[in-house]
Amino acid sequence: MTGTLFDKIWDRHVVNDLGDGFSLLFVDRHMINDMAGRGLLTLNKRDLPLNHPELTFAAADHTVATLVPPEFRPGRDDNPYAVNLRENAERHGFRLFDVDDPDFGIIHVVAAEQGLALPGTTIACGDSHTCTLGAVGAIAWGLGQSDIVHILATQTSIQHKPATMRIWIDGALPAHATAKDLILTLIGRLGVAGCTGHAVEFAGPVIEAASMEERFTICNMAVELGARFGVIAPDDTTCAYLSGRPEAPAGSAWDLAVADWRSLVTDDGAIFAAEYRMDASDVRPQVTWGINPAQTVAIEDAVPGAGTGMDESALATYRAALAYSGLDAGTRMDGVPVDIVFIGSCNNARLGDLRDAAAVLRGRKVATGVTAWVSPGSERVRREAEAEGLDRLFIEAGFGWGRSGCSMCAGAGNQMREIGTPGQRIVSTTNRNFVGRQGPGTRTHLVSPPMAAAAALAGRIVDVRTWS
Amino acid sequence: MTEPFTILRGKAVPLLRDNIDTDTISPGSAVPREGRGTTFSEHGSTSLADDLFGNWRYGPAGEPLPDFPLNQPRYQGASILLTGANFGCGSSRESAVWMLAAWGIRCVVAPSFAEIFAANCYANGLLPLPCSADTVSRLAAEAEGAAPGFVVDLARCELSISSGTTIAFPISAYRRRGLLAGLDDIELSLESRHEIASFVARERESRPWIYPYETSIRD
Repeated sequence: MTGTLFDKIWDRHVVNDLGDGFSLLFVDRHMINDMAGRGLLTLNKRDLPLNHPELTFAAADHTVATLVPPEFRPGRDDNPYAVNLRENAERHGFRLFDVDDPDFGIIHVVAAEQGLALPGTTIACGDSHTCTLGAVGAIAWGLGQSDIVHILATQTSIQHKPATMRIWIDGALPAHATAKDLILTLIGRLGVAGCTGHAVEFAGPVIEAASMEERFTICNMAVELGARFGVIAPDDTTCAYLSGRPEAPAGSAWDLAVADWRSLVTDDGAIFAAEYRMDASDVRPQVTWGINPAQTVAIEDAVPGAGTGMDESALATYRAALAYSGLDAGTRMDGVPVDIVFIGSCNNARLGDLRDAAAVLRGRKVATGVTAWVSPGSERVRREAEAEGLDRLFIEAGFGWGRSGCSMCAGAGNQMREIGTPGQRIVSTTNRNFVGRQGPGTRTHLVSPPMAAAAALAGRIVDVRTWS
Repeated sequence: MTEPFTILRGKAVPLLRDNIDTDTISPGSAVPREGRGTTFSEHGSTSLADDLFGNWRYGPAGEPLPDFPLNQPRYQGASILLTGANFGCGSSRESAVWMLAAWGIRCVVAPSFAEIFAANCYANGLLPLPCSADTVSRLAAEAEGAAPGFVVDLARCELSISSGTTIAFPISAYRRRGLLAGLDDIELSLESRHEIASFVARERESRPWIYPYETSIRD
């Protein structure tokens, strides 16, 4: 019986078939963040026990203060969201990566680097970017508070099995085009609902050649294609990444695990409900101009005009995007002025991302009037970056070197205080440019880490390939 | 346990834009207005209804913008939202649904929905009702004009308006059953606790590396 990677993992985790395409799925790893307060409150109010505390892991990543020098980071007790998680960790006995834990970080980054996210597992979290972890060959998805309570109480989740889709990426990424540019290009072509209802398997030569960090960046934005799930088959790159991680299997358990992981591939002849092929050879550095990630263009291009065939709703959305972004159709993106540059998030703040950004700085200075910050994806990433001197490169260029957390990505850092002011233009290595996402009235332009570094130096959006 | 959804009678408010994300529905850092806190915490808030679409609904000083449909007197009390494709995309924040419900919305009519948002709707007894973009436009035109009464009959899977139009809509039998009865999923799933425990026991045998931690199964 041939099957897709996604189907194989899904089928292993079905506890009960509920009919009509719904299953009661077992959840191997439940990751919870500081936005899960309401879910924990509901659990406690209903006096329900946490069903599997040993499969539950938490980090208060959204609300922690990050835009402060690491040596001045706040103590662990001044944040009510973190306190709430701490009290519940003590009450229910789950593992908390507390604010001052050396392994603290953005929960999707922590889950990967700790080896909690393993091939063939199911991973759920009350955060839509949980799809990031599909990059290790897991079924990982985001959900709301009601579904969180359900998992806390039962370690299962009622889910409708999505159709499967394969996105096959041929060729090779050109120099200066990153995984971020690849996924933004895809979203630009397929649209923000292009994969709704599907679990997307990313495959092909470009994915096989990609590092784990690049795979995380790609799967992270599956939800920006409308897909709750993005998945990549585990291979030698995956095994090399996981080997030796604190929570990854070791010794004979490792050998057993790897033998199983080798079977986690889509069989030849397996049928996908949809397939899409693209060639990465013509991917160019991207920058978003509007209010969703599909509103992206190559850096040398201009804000597009209204498309033919836009219906009333689509046209209203397009006009709203122009009005909000303060740009006109035909405006060239190269040259748009910048107020803030932010390098961070579960999308683009791993060690390789920071190296790529730092390489662009090369002893130069952030432009006058630009505020620039780095918030590493985890405290572990921060230490590793500091060990190779990346922090000095950023600080000497005029960047702030912060601590880890979701920070400016969702406008929730430091209890909703790490935001821009109305009208400010933020060049950001994050994954969403929605209205008000980084503060009321702020305009977000999504880019790769090298493009962000170049924008900070120039004080305007520039082409990292040609600007000097 | 949610309130059962059987027949909904009420007014509709149109907001015809595609790809309305949950940051827009439930702003993380709502426009600061005196006496109103943020809702992003999802800890609950007394201002859930006030902050709905906060970044679109209010001007820089927190003043309601008269052109925004939800601010218009004729749409006050509406229980049905008519909107564009891919409604509720982006963040998984369930506060988007709580805020719509707090304002009075029980049914969202759109050409398509983001999946996490739709699941959050069902969990709170709201009906995400899919129909074609053309139909939504037609319904919106009616709502803007004569302001007819809308009736959503979940038992018959029909949406009808007092001016005469009736539209059948699709919904999965599983979701329909849950909405009609106002079922509590957790209670139902806890009835499967023995199947869940056997699943864990079986998996610990066949794939022990996934479950290296000491198990503390509680019934």
